[in-house]
Amino acid sequence: MQQLTGAQSLVRSLEQQGVEVVFGLPGGAILPAYDPLLSSSLRHVLVRHEQGAGHAAEGYAWATGRVGVCMATSGPGATNLVTALADAYMDSVPIVAITGQVPSAMIGSDAFQEADITGITLPITKHNELVTDIERIPAAVAEAFHIASTGRPGPVLIDLPKDVLQATAPWRADQWPPPMDLPGYRLPGPPSMAAIRAAVQLLRRARRPVLYVGGGVIKSDSHAELLRLAEMAHAPVTTTLMARGAFPDNHPLALGMPGMHGCYPAVAALQEADLIVALGARFDDRVTGKLADFAPRARIVHADIDPAEIGKNRKPDVAIVGDLKLTLAGLADTMATTGGPRGGPGGSAPQGGAEAPDTAAWLAVLDNWKRQFPLRYSQDADGPLKPQHVVERLSALTGGDAVVIAGVGQHQMHAAQHYSFSKPRSWINSGGLGTMGFAVPAAMGAQVGRPGELVVAIDGDGCFQMTAQELATCAIEKLPIKVMLFNNGFLGMVRQWQELFYDERYSEVELGTAIPDYVKLAEAYGCIGLRCERADEVDAVLDKALAPADVPVVVDFRVHDREGVFPMVPAGQPNDAIVLGPEFTEQEQRAATRRDMGREPSNGEPSMMRERVTS
Amino acid sequence: MSTHTLSVLVENKPGVLSHVAGLFSRRAFNISSLAVGPTQDERVSRITIVVDGASTPVEQVIRQLDKLIRVIKVAELDAASTVERELALIKVKAEPERRSQLLEVAEVFGASVVDMSPSTLVLEAVSSPGKLDALLAMLDSYGTCELVRTGRIALARGSDVITKDDTESYAAESAA
Ligand SMILES: Cc1ncc(C[n+]2csc(CCOP(=O)(O)OP(=O)(O)O)c2C)c(N)n1
Ligand SMILES: [Mg+2]
Repeated sequence: MQQLTGAQSLVRSLEQQGVEVVFGLPGGAILPAYDPLLSSSLRHVLVRHEQGAGHAAEGYAWATGRVGVCMATSGPGATNLVTALADAYMDSVPIVAITGQVPSAMIGSDAFQEADITGITLPITKHNELVTDIERIPAAVAEAFHIASTGRPGPVLIDLPKDVLQATAPWRADQWPPPMDLPGYRLPGPPSMAAIRAAVQLLRRARRPVLYVGGGVIKSDSHAELLRLAEMAHAPVTTTLMARGAFPDNHPLALGMPGMHGCYPAVAALQEADLIVALGARFDDRVTGKLADFAPRARIVHADIDPAEIGKNRKPDVAIVGDLKLTLAGLADTMATTGGPRGGPGGSAPQGGAEAPDTAAWLAVLDNWKRQFPLRYSQDADGPLKPQHVVERLSALTGGDAVVIAGVGQHQMHAAQHYSFSKPRSWINSGGLGTMGFAVPAAMGAQVGRPGELVVAIDGDGCFQMTAQELATCAIEKLPIKVMLFNNGFLGMVRQWQELFYDERYSEVELGTAIPDYVKLAEAYGCIGLRCERADEVDAVLDKALAPADVPVVVDFRVHDREGVFPMVPAGQPNDAIVLGPEFTEQEQRAATRRDMGREPSNGEPSMMRERVTS
Repeated sequence: MSTHTLSVLVENKPGVLSHVAGLFSRRAFNISSLAVGPTQDERVSRITIVVDGASTPVEQVIRQLDKLIRVIKVAELDAASTVERELALIKVKAEPERRSQLLEVAEVFGASVVDMSPSTLVLEAVSSPGKLDALLAMLDSYGTCELVRTGRIALARGSDVITKDDTESYAAESAA
């Protein structure tokens, strides 16, 4: 039988697992593992900071649906992964992190570069393990990938002491996959048919239904089933920040994004709904606003693979635990085959023998809202460049076909609102943790996973400077990501909160637009640097930036520094307190607050402002 | 105070207790009592956790515990059909003139004397939590010098067991 070192066993296990790429950076404790990498089929991408490795693994996982892998040494290498692990935990991103650890005999002695990384990451990983026995390496790897990628996905960390990597043990070639020892890890069975039938009954009776779609629909690859259900049920769809792209934005049933910076029709629809069908969503505070006042008239169907999400924030009337793909297919099939109460006067033609629910009046109300209260901003020809304009031009010029990655802040919200998504896995961001610095390395990971595709990071000037060094990695590895830097010279989102809630007292939010010179910085990193300051240059600059290249492009968009993100539900307030923003008149705001359910839209003067109806 | 008693079967592996305890602190759940020990299956330990029902979303606790990979099974024990015990060792002041009185109290509560000195007694009491509280209240008037009390342990009455199917499936999985 072949004898392998622990390090060789690790690399062999990763190969067997089908891993194609590892993002990492070596150091003392993990050194043994880097030696067999030299002769392995695994691609290793050498990052400039381990946080970049973690986010790259996340970007790869978001973009491909496969498990992303990152690797770091003990101590500071491992702690540099912490932010990315927390991010992956919050957003249920399947990644496996491999860290070196000081030799077993030295654990607990405050040895050089020792950090209790399994202790540190305990609350931010789906699972972690300190492997103390070389013979366990293959099973530990197999279990890590199994746990990371099944059920509700999440990050798993394997910590490997140096002596375990250096020891030798026989490798059983015939034993892959190795037997897994996970008596406490059970996946939910198929969704209950009784629950599905109960949900369909509610859907048939509902007159004001909303499908509230979260990241679970993307993760379970069930967008096709969602489309089928929505069309069958004549139910409008709102896609959360985690689910942009799960339902085409240009579909007549699309309401856009809900939540703190959601589109008015989506926010108001949830408030007025008589039935909310939550699909792989978790009633996050950024969606519900003040929980007690969220959707007061709605019955709730909650479908999720994680039983702990059921009833965590909002008690459901019907709970469906299980794989969302099966649930959605079950809902659509049941919808198609079982008869329901007659549709009302506006009811449409029967589908598959069953009468479709009558939601015509509701859809008409929503269409009115879409017309009355669209996303609105103004771009004067010679006025300051508006970030929304850049996003809309990017959306138009890419045909909604790019993989878009965002940082965290105003630019992220503008991107989520104004880019017209049509496909799943075309939107990648840090939703739950809100990690500044996510975009560049996540874009790098996405580009590795989707070579040849257009990968565009929309980043803020603040965020960009947290992880910009990965541009070096991208340039050297020929990963031609496009970075659209929304340079407003501010920590814009924080500035907006100070403007609105701290009496315009701006404290420590100004970055300045000139330092660093982002064009020169891009060039110094071996990338193409471009600058765009005026609205009428946007298309030409984007044309240049989006042209095929073998190195990354960074565009320094000098965007308006006073632009806010609207609509906005102030933190902690009920969704009913939604503020449309400065582009709307007081009269319009009053109408929005009143939330007229029947009135026709006023036929006032056509607005000079640009509007984008969200459907 | 309404309490809930959770019986948690976990893999007998290093770090499992910190996983469980960590979950409680991370999710801001409070533990009123905790007891850990081996079971008849050496690969499995049983943790008995008592939580306060008023301040803790018990359903959430159970579901979150169930999600921990090393947790094999979580069951809430129904107070009405559960045997619950705690063990306490109590060092009480026992001046010669009050000693016989003290021994009477101990006898009433079924506590036994396990050590004695000229001025103190050590009592051992094994009983249901309520009865133990009553004993401790009584002893206070004599002067409790030191007290050590275990977490509550509990088992369902009758022939029901929470281990059965899981140990079987564990065996099946291990054999696979
Ligand atoms: C690591 C981290 N630190 C702080 C914050 C708080 N925060 C949220 S948005 C934001 C401003 C981001 O600035 P920038 O990248 O320039 O984006 P903008 O809002 O200007 O578009 C800050 C500081 C955060 N989300 N993450
Ligand atoms: Mg900024």
